[in-house]
Amino acid sequence: MFDDFFIRALVAGIGVAFVTGPLGCFVVWRRLSYFGDTLAHSALLGVTMAYSFEFNIAISVFIISSVIALILIQLQRKTNLPGDALLGLLAHSSLAVGLVVIGFLTFIRFDIMGLLFGDILAVTVNDLIIIWAGGALILLVLKLIWKPLFASTVNYELAEAEGLNPDRAKAIFTILMAAIIAISIKMVGLLLITGMLIIPAAMARNISDNPQKMVLFSIIGGLLSVIIGLFSSLEFNTASGPSIITASLVLFILSLLKIKQSIQLKN
Amino acid sequence: MGTNSNTLVKLKNAGYQQNDKWLVKGVSLEVEKGKIVTLIGPNGSGKSTTAKIALGIYKKFDGEVEKYTNKIGYVPQKVSIDWTLPLRVRDFMVLTESLKEEAIDEALSLTGVVHLKHKNLGNLSGGEFQRVLLARAISKKPELLVLDEPVQGVDFTGEIALYELIKKISEELNCGILLISHDLHTVMSATDHVVCLNGHVCCSGSPSDVAKNNEYKALFGEQAAQTLSIYEHKHDHVHSHEGEIKKN
Repeated sequence: MFDDFFIRALVAGIGVAFVTGPLGCFVVWRRLSYFGDTLAHSALLGVTMAYSFEFNIAISVFIISSVIALILIQLQRKTNLPGDALLGLLAHSSLAVGLVVIGFLTFIRFDIMGLLFGDILAVTVNDLIIIWAGGALILLVLKLIWKPLFASTVNYELAEAEGLNPDRAKAIFTILMAAIIAISIKMVGLLLITGMLIIPAAMARNISDNPQKMVLFSIIGGLLSVIIGLFSSLEFNTASGPSIITASLVLFILSLLKIKQSIQLKN
Repeated sequence: MGTNSNTLVKLKNAGYQQNDKWLVKGVSLEVEKGKIVTLIGPNGSGKSTTAKIALGIYKKFDGEVEKYTNKIGYVPQKVSIDWTLPLRVRDFMVLTESLKEEAIDEALSLTGVVHLKHKNLGNLSGGEFQRVLLARAISKKPELLVLDEPVQGVDFTGEIALYELIKKISEELNCGILLISHDLHTVMSATDHVVCLNGHVCCSGSPSDVAKNNEYKALFGEQAAQTLSIYEHKHDHVHSHEGEIKKN
């Protein structure tokens, strides 16, 4: 059944959507989209490391993204630069260094487009195992830290005062972000991963009145985006990442109609 | 100040500085079970800072904090809920602790906002939101309640009712309360101990002791001192006739 590349891509994408749904909600709530971008850009460096040392791509990306996250936290503590400047610094320099390293790796043929925008042809059975096992682990950890993470997202001081240890939850969440980027890079591509996190969650925000609903709709939105996006990718021979993100954009636009309705109801 | 088994939190010579400026310094106080300690003082005198030291929100503080409970309910002075978060009152109630539906309803009824249970938090008025904050803090039946200006924005009759509720809660749950208020008149009804802050402890003691204190008079003016002593007088009066504490 997994012999067909398209089935593999579909199963991989569905696995990714289950994880980006809830994680994406936190990215939107905690205003972390630039942070997600930075980790995703640094993933290129992770990929080049993987090729250089013939290492697993997902694990290599996970390690590099985690290191970049740690560096960011250190820079935030030790410099007076604003957060977005530091994020931009790390995002673009890690992307640049990654591209320079690729230039040196002349002995390997690289599909840079596939790396940046996703390549459904590249998904192997091994990747499926990493996506589903890794994804299940990410969701399990997220469930464990849900209460402190959510409480501190609403109000940090309340969570801290009432003994929920929000700093630990935040640190663990950062690792989860690195992990989701690592497992979804082949599907969506590193330039578009943040879109996969944010757009379904943003769509869900438009049609939800409570956090649980938003998470649920975010997952459904992600699933629909993957399925519609992959089928159109096959049909029109377009890159998988942009196709998925375009599908999610269409869903987002449709969700705006619902907002318009509720505003009209209020008036 | 000896520590006894009733102590919930104790600050010894506590202080906190930010950007090389002391926000508050040398605060010693103790909150015991069933007792209400009130912090008063002008704006910027370090009331909220003191509460945050006691709660462990500020970690790099000076002096010592001993905490003997983890069951804490907190009403912060400022809570802004981001519109990116769809949050109903009900979701907010279970933020830090899972509660049964009856416990949620009970707490919301006590503060008079049970009808708002399914409303979006962003659509509440200031006073309504304040009542929800208080309901959330008491719903988990805490041992220590820290209330930072808990009735701001609440209408006058509501204010009195909420202070009576706070007094009732401290008796029923036998919990200690650290209360912050600038509203001297209404606060004093329930307070066991007053700490007057102005960057440091300028005076402390029972409400009547503090009212007589010269530094307190200098800080708040003669009129405030009279307010306090008038209150004390009325309080004695009602108390002796009816045998229970009731505000006029």
